[in-house]
Amino acid sequence: MNAPQEHDIARQHLIDPEICIRCNTCEEMCPVDAITHDSRNYVVKFDVCNWCNACIGPCPTGAIDSIRNVLRAQPFSVEEQLTWDVLPDTRELDSMPVSAAPSPAGSETPAEVQQITDVATAGHGGPALAPWSASHPYVNLYSAKNPVSATVTGNFRLTAEDASSDIHHIVLDFGATPFPVLEGQSIGIIPPGLDENGKPHLLRMYSVASPRDGERPHYNNLSLTVKRVVEDHEGQPARGVASNYVCDLAKGDKVQVTGPYGSTYLMPNHPGASIMMICTGTGSAPMRAMTERRRRRMDMKEGGDLMLFFGARSPGELPYFGPLQKLPEDFIDINFAFSRVPGEPKQYVQDLIRKRSDKVFQMLKDDNTYIYICGLKGMETGVLEAFRDICRAHGADWETLRGDMLRKARFHIETY
Amino acid sequence: MAIDYSERIPNNVDLSNNKTLQRALENWQPAFLDWWGDMGPEGSPNYDVYLRTAVSVDPTGWAHFDHVKMPDYRWGIFLTPQEQNKKITFGDHKGDDVWQEVPGEYRSTLRRIIVTQGDTEPASVEQQRHLGLTAPSLYDLRNLFQVNVEEGRHLWAMVYLLHAHFGRDGREEGEALLERRSGDADNPRILTAFNEQTPDWLSFFMFTFFTDRDGKYQLASLAESAFDPLARTCKFMLTEEAHHLFVGEQGVGRAIQRTCEVMNELKTDDVARLRAAGVIDLPTLQKYMNFHFSVTSDLYGSEISSNAATYYTTGLKGRFEETKLDDDHKLDNNEYEVMDVAGDKILSRHVAALSALNERLRDDWITDVQAGMDRWNRIVAKTGVNFKFTLPHKGFHRKIGMFADVHVAPDGRLISEAEWTHQHQNWLPTADDRLYVHSLMGRVVEPGKFAGWIAPPSRGINNQPVNFDYVRFN
Repeated sequence: MNAPQEHDIARQHLIDPEICIRCNTCEEMCPVDAITHDSRNYVVKFDVCNWCNACIGPCPTGAIDSIRNVLRAQPFSVEEQLTWDVLPDTRELDSMPVSAAPSPAGSETPAEVQQITDVATAGHGGPALAPWSASHPYVNLYSAKNPVSATVTGNFRLTAEDASSDIHHIVLDFGATPFPVLEGQSIGIIPPGLDENGKPHLLRMYSVASPRDGERPHYNNLSLTVKRVVEDHEGQPARGVASNYVCDLAKGDKVQVTGPYGSTYLMPNHPGASIMMICTGTGSAPMRAMTERRRRRMDMKEGGDLMLFFGARSPGELPYFGPLQKLPEDFIDINFAFSRVPGEPKQYVQDLIRKRSDKVFQMLKDDNTYIYICGLKGMETGVLEAFRDICRAHGADWETLRGDMLRKARFHIETY
Repeated sequence: MAIDYSERIPNNVDLSNNKTLQRALENWQPAFLDWWGDMGPEGSPNYDVYLRTAVSVDPTGWAHFDHVKMPDYRWGIFLTPQEQNKKITFGDHKGDDVWQEVPGEYRSTLRRIIVTQGDTEPASVEQQRHLGLTAPSLYDLRNLFQVNVEEGRHLWAMVYLLHAHFGRDGREEGEALLERRSGDADNPRILTAFNEQTPDWLSFFMFTFFTDRDGKYQLASLAESAFDPLARTCKFMLTEEAHHLFVGEQGVGRAIQRTCEVMNELKTDDVARLRAAGVIDLPTLQKYMNFHFSVTSDLYGSEISSNAATYYTTGLKGRFEETKLDDDHKLDNNEYEVMDVAGDKILSRHVAALSALNERLRDDWITDVQAGMDRWNRIVAKTGVNFKFTLPHKGFHRKIGMFADVHVAPDGRLISEAEWTHQHQNWLPTADDRLYVHSLMGRVVEPGKFAGWIAPPSRGINNQPVNFDYVRFN
């Protein structure tokens, strides 16, 4: 992504006109209408195709599985593809490495965003893909040079007064400026002022905690779950510049926002898809977004299970504890783990995952279940170990299963 | 929803919660297996065939391939997932919710549509049941069997609709579907084209190219139906139908390829010399195309049809890609151009679009067929041979509609009875042509080997090599 613009190379999905038999299956299967045809050829729209690969399996000929590298700014147009009798010859471009994931807005992912993302998703053990039925995300619409100004319309504390952590629910409104987000995506916030070196602050990333149609349905707003940082990773007192800025925002304040970011940690949309969510603390933000999305569609009876493992020190420290408890049991299977409840043994999410081993294993195996992990890095190891043990107990191999889940875009980690 | 394979009848329609329906279908299942035993591919029950089985109705559920015995194939009932709040997209009921149950007033019409579609499925299995004995390769044999089991599954799909939505009448129709026989004088299949023989592999490829493509267009217009279970069933069937079209198009294409190669080797277009060399000369291929094009054309029915108009206005059957068309989807004031015979001339005239829906679907199909012909012509051109296949005129060799009582030459001239009698053997396969093609049909079953009249495919099934053992005879 740091390559100069003239080497911004992208893969272009094409259909081999020599082999295609015009059966229309790909066009029928495509969830984003990226495929079209005339009386001669079936072709893929470069700017619409999101590589979900829903068209690949059903193609009876293999014609669909064709790729050429192109300069992102100069893909083969639909009109051009419609005139082809054969695929274009491979060119020098085809042997060159492809740049970062396509960004519809054409702008680049900021280095700090990429760095944070790389660290956060390291737990996968491989490159991640978005679920095949995920919606197409918009990314990098607004950069640090060109941020959008959002208005704070709500800010309240989620954790109990006596809790050790101070977690806030922040609502930002974008007015008439488009800021489309999907559950699982993040935004950037730039704290005002300069750092100790006299430079503007770098942006900080926060996961969106509201579903795609807004914190309030059909409003152009979104919510964040932000924890006030008062100590560093080693436990030394440290005042987080951005988190304190955000947690102290008042209604009506203006905030400089960048993004959205994230094109793989997205929820599946197809009816019948099940979701397993494992989180701690503010890692609950994407889980709240996905759960709320499903809750708003509950009447549609689309099927699929929701299972949540949520860890915190105590009920008072668990964001959204009250609202979560009100959700019906047949809608979501909730498992809270509390590690600091006086008089009770310490419980972590991995302990509960082990306890629910049969159901967890069934979901790990089920191609229709998508797994999301978000929270502190420390949790990741424990959860992965629990998965490994559960697999072993059921006579399966975790590494194989993980590889399979990754290939099917069923396994998503964001930890920090 | 995932498909539940632990049940006797794999399904994604929650069959286990509808015990009456489940019992009815479990009663029908042995009758189906008996029929498959009697009328399915001859001598095949013990073969292990590399078949594709749908394991779920989502896109990732398609690539499940394994060697299975055909009687153990998991025939089941699969519908594409229900869309919430789906609306009717055309006709008088446009904008209303789609129907999950059959409205009383359309019951008999819908039943007839479903029975007619359902009847073609076992019919084509019956038509093709001897072909396995003369397969030009293991690869082709496997493709034939894949087509056969999927036609069998399409029968299941239609019988499910009959059982689930048409009560006792539906169950009786379900039984009758297993009792009619292709070509039987006393109890034939419903549509004429499905009582014709499929005597050789060239006919099989032509049939899957031309006639299964009619299936694609019929299914696609039923996939628009206001009766949602029918629409969802047909949508899923279309995905399977695609493979059948593929078998036909590349089968004919490979025959063309082989003939052109031999023409180049021998540097000749002399029919006798090419036949002596064991390939099917291009003019004979053109005759087969003329035949299958015209016979399949008849399946769309009369150009002007009040039935077709009624099906449309009542929401039972839409147009191809209805929702992508840019008009009012009611067609009360639209016109459509159809051909007509007036004295000694063929004219075109504008008629109410509603009455011309058969013709419109036929025209959509012809556009698609033409595109396939163009690709065949590119194979010829690539080998440097100077020959071009052309589609005959719409009125050529028709038994139904405006052209049924006249003779039309492939180039569109109206001709006399005398000229037809004199010329038709230049346009349609003669008994000699058929005998010659038949004489080429020897069985080739060594992996990677192909009969002399057909070229190997450019790639295998599911990325397997061409010489893979697609069928194991045990």
